[in-house]
Amino acid sequence: MNELLNVSAGPHVRSKYSTDKIMGLVLLSLMPAAGYGIYHFGVNAAILIVVSVLTCVLTELIYELVMKQDITISDLSAAVTGLLLALNMPPTAAWWLPVIGGVFAIVFVKMLFGGLGQNFMNPALAGRCFLVICFAARMTDFNYDGMTSATPLMMIRTGSSVNVRDMVFGNIAGTVGETSVIAIVAGACIMLAFGIIDLKVPASYIITFVIFMGLFAGRGWDVNYLTAQLAGGGLMLGAFFMATDYATCPITDRGKIFYGICLGLMTGIFRCFSSSAEGVSFAIVFCNLLVPLIEKLTLPKCFGKGGEV
Amino acid sequence: MSGFTFKGGIHPYEGKELTKDKPIKRFVPEGDMVYPLSQHIGAPAKPVVQKGERVLSGQLIAEAGGFVSSNIYSSVSGTVKSIAKHRVATGDMVESITIEGDGLFETAPPLPVGEIAEMSKQEVIDAIKLAGIVGMGGAGFPTHVKLSPKDPSKIYYCIVNCSECEPYLTSDYRRMIEEPDKLVAGLKIILCLFENAEGILAVEDNKPDCIRKLKELTLDEKRISVKALKTKYPQGAERQLIYATTRRAINSSMLPADAGCIVNNVDTVVSIYHAIIEKRPLTERIVTVSGDAVREPQNYLVPLGTSYRQLIEASGGFVSPPEKIISGGPMMGFAMFDLDVPIIKTSSAITCFTKDEVAARKPSNCINCGRCAEVCPGRVIPARLADFAENRDEEKFLLYNGMECCECGCCSYVCPAKRQLTQSIKTMRKQMLAKKKK
Repeated sequence: MNELLNVSAGPHVRSKYSTDKIMGLVLLSLMPAAGYGIYHFGVNAAILIVVSVLTCVLTELIYELVMKQDITISDLSAAVTGLLLALNMPPTAAWWLPVIGGVFAIVFVKMLFGGLGQNFMNPALAGRCFLVICFAARMTDFNYDGMTSATPLMMIRTGSSVNVRDMVFGNIAGTVGETSVIAIVAGACIMLAFGIIDLKVPASYIITFVIFMGLFAGRGWDVNYLTAQLAGGGLMLGAFFMATDYATCPITDRGKIFYGICLGLMTGIFRCFSSSAEGVSFAIVFCNLLVPLIEKLTLPKCFGKGGEV
Repeated sequence: MSGFTFKGGIHPYEGKELTKDKPIKRFVPEGDMVYPLSQHIGAPAKPVVQKGERVLSGQLIAEAGGFVSSNIYSSVSGTVKSIAKHRVATGDMVESITIEGDGLFETAPPLPVGEIAEMSKQEVIDAIKLAGIVGMGGAGFPTHVKLSPKDPSKIYYCIVNCSECEPYLTSDYRRMIEEPDKLVAGLKIILCLFENAEGILAVEDNKPDCIRKLKELTLDEKRISVKALKTKYPQGAERQLIYATTRRAINSSMLPADAGCIVNNVDTVVSIYHAIIEKRPLTERIVTVSGDAVREPQNYLVPLGTSYRQLIEASGGFVSPPEKIISGGPMMGFAMFDLDVPIIKTSSAITCFTKDEVAARKPSNCINCGRCAEVCPGRVIPARLADFAENRDEEKFLLYNGMECCECGCCSYVCPAKRQLTQSIKTMRKQMLAKKKK
C-alpha cells in the first residue's frame, strides 16, 4: 500500500463549480446577444468581437509572462472582459479601437490592481469609458442600414417617436450587443438558471430606474416612454451582465440591493440631465467606486446575534 | 413536514448508499489496543493501572482527571504493555495506555449502578460519569458535565441529534434502524433529569425509515416528539440544530443551556442506556468504514482502542491506493498520515478516497462571488474573514464576527476559486482564543 497520504485541513470535498466554469457559463450566456449582434450588424461586428477577445486574452498572457506571474488566462475571465467590451462597441468601429480599449482594461484596470477579483471597477466598462472619452466621435458613430442614424434614446431626446417593438427585438441602432432585449434576457435566464447571478442587483436597478424616470423625466408614467428607456441604451446588458460582475459589486445581500438602487439613480440622473442620452456605463463605473463603502454600511448581523436566519 | 431548517448550508454528495444497508457487524480485534488518556474535552484521565498488570474487559484503566474529564475503560482482557505517547487521529502524540489483548475477552463485574426507578437525579448523573460517557458525535464533551447545567428546571428541550448530516457516515443511521428502542429508552433517562423538558428526536428527512420507526416507538410518549429536518449540511451542527428544532438562536459565547436546550448525539444516548440499564461502561462504538478506496464498506461495532488499520483490513483493504484517509467524514474529519492510530470515543468513521479533491485544484484569486456568504450558517462573510486572517488583522476579524464561525466547512466546499477559507479562519480563531486565555 502507498503510505504517502495527503493531509490537509477539512473539508476534504469540493463543489464542482470553479472559476473557469462560471466564466465559461457567462460566455455562453453572452452568446445570444453576441450572435444577434453579428446577425444584425454583419461582419464588422464579428471582427470586433474576435479582435477584442483576442486582445484581452493576449494582453493578460503577455503581462503575466513579462511580470513572471502564474498564467491565468484559462480561467476565461479575460475572454469575458473582451466579449463584453466588444458588445459595447459601435458596430462600425475600426478594429483598433477594441485593441486600445482591451489593453487599457486588462493592464490598467485589472492586472495592475492584482488581477482577477482585485479590480475596483468593471474592466470592460472602464475600457469603454476610456474609449468614449478619447475617441468620442468614433464611439458615438452609430451607422445603421447604410447611413448614420441616431440611437433610439437620442431620438427620444430630440422628440421624435420610436418603435418600442423594434427596440425589444433589437431592430435598431446601438452598440454590438445592447440592442436586442430578448437576446440579453435569454442569456440572463441561463445565468439565473445556473445560479451564477441572482436578481438582487438587476431587479433593484431596473425598478429604481423606472421609478426615477417616472418621477423626473417629465413624461410621467407613459408606459411607451418608460419601456423605450428600459429597452434603449445599454441598460439591459448593463443590469444583467455588468452590474452583476462579482468583483465590482458588494458581497452582502443588502449591499447588492443598495448598489442596485444607486445604479438606478445614477443612470436616471445621467439620462435625464447629462449632455449624453446614455448613462449606463458611467453609472456602473461610478457606483463601482461606492462598493467598499456600501459593503461597510451593510455588514450582516451574524447568527445568534440578531441576524436573519 | 420538512419545515425545520436554518438559512445557508450545502448539499454535498452524501455517499451514504455505500454503507446504508450494511447491518452493524461486531468487530473482534487482535493484538495491541491503545487507549489515549485524552479522548474528550478537558483534563486528561489519570492511569490507575501499572505496566504488566492484567486487566479485564470493562475494567477502569484511567480515571477522570477533574470535573471536566472522563473515565476510560479497557475494552479487552489482557496485560498492560506500556503507558507512553502514541499517535492519535488528529496527528498529535497523546499519552496512552497500550494493552496487549489475550483474545479471551474476560469481562469485569458490572458497574455498581442501582436500579433506575430508585435512583436520584444525582445518582443517574454520577453513573453516567462513572461509565465514562462523552459526546460521541465528535466534540467529546463529557456528558455528565453537559447534564449538570446551573438550573436544571430551565431546560426545556432535550434534543437528540439524529441528523447525521456528515456525508458518508451511517453509524447513527444503523443504530436508529437496529436499536431504536435503546435510543428512546436512553432519551427517557435524560428526561428524568429535567422535569420541564420535552424530548426531541431530530432526524434529517433523508432517513424516512428512521423517522417512521421512531414515531411508532414514541407514539405513547407524551414528552417525546420526532422532528423531520430538511436534509442539508450542517443540519447537525449544534447551533443550527437548536435553531431548526426550537427557533432559538445562540451565538458562540452562549451554551445550548442558555437557550434551554441540551443536545446529545445518538451513540451518546445509547451509551447512557448501556450504562444505566445494562450497567456497562463505554467500551465500544459504531464506526463506518467507507469511501471509494475501500473494497467492502461496512458499519462495525468496534471496541475502543482498535487500530484503524485492522478495520480497513477487515473491510477487504483498498481497491486502489488511497490519496487521502480521513478520520470522520469528509466535511469535519481529520486527514491522517498514519493508520496505526486507535479508535477513540469520538471516532465515527474512516473515509478513504482514491482521489483528493483538495489537492486536485490550486487555490486562485477570490472572485468575490459571494457563494461563501450565501451558504454560511453563521451568516458571516468567509471571503473577507479569510483575508483578515491571512493579514492577521485581528480588529477587522472581530468586527466581521470572525469568532462566530462554527468551522463547518461550507465556505471552502462551495468556493469556486478553491480557497482554503475554513482553514484560514479556523487558524485565526484558534490563535485568538489562545490569546484570550492567556
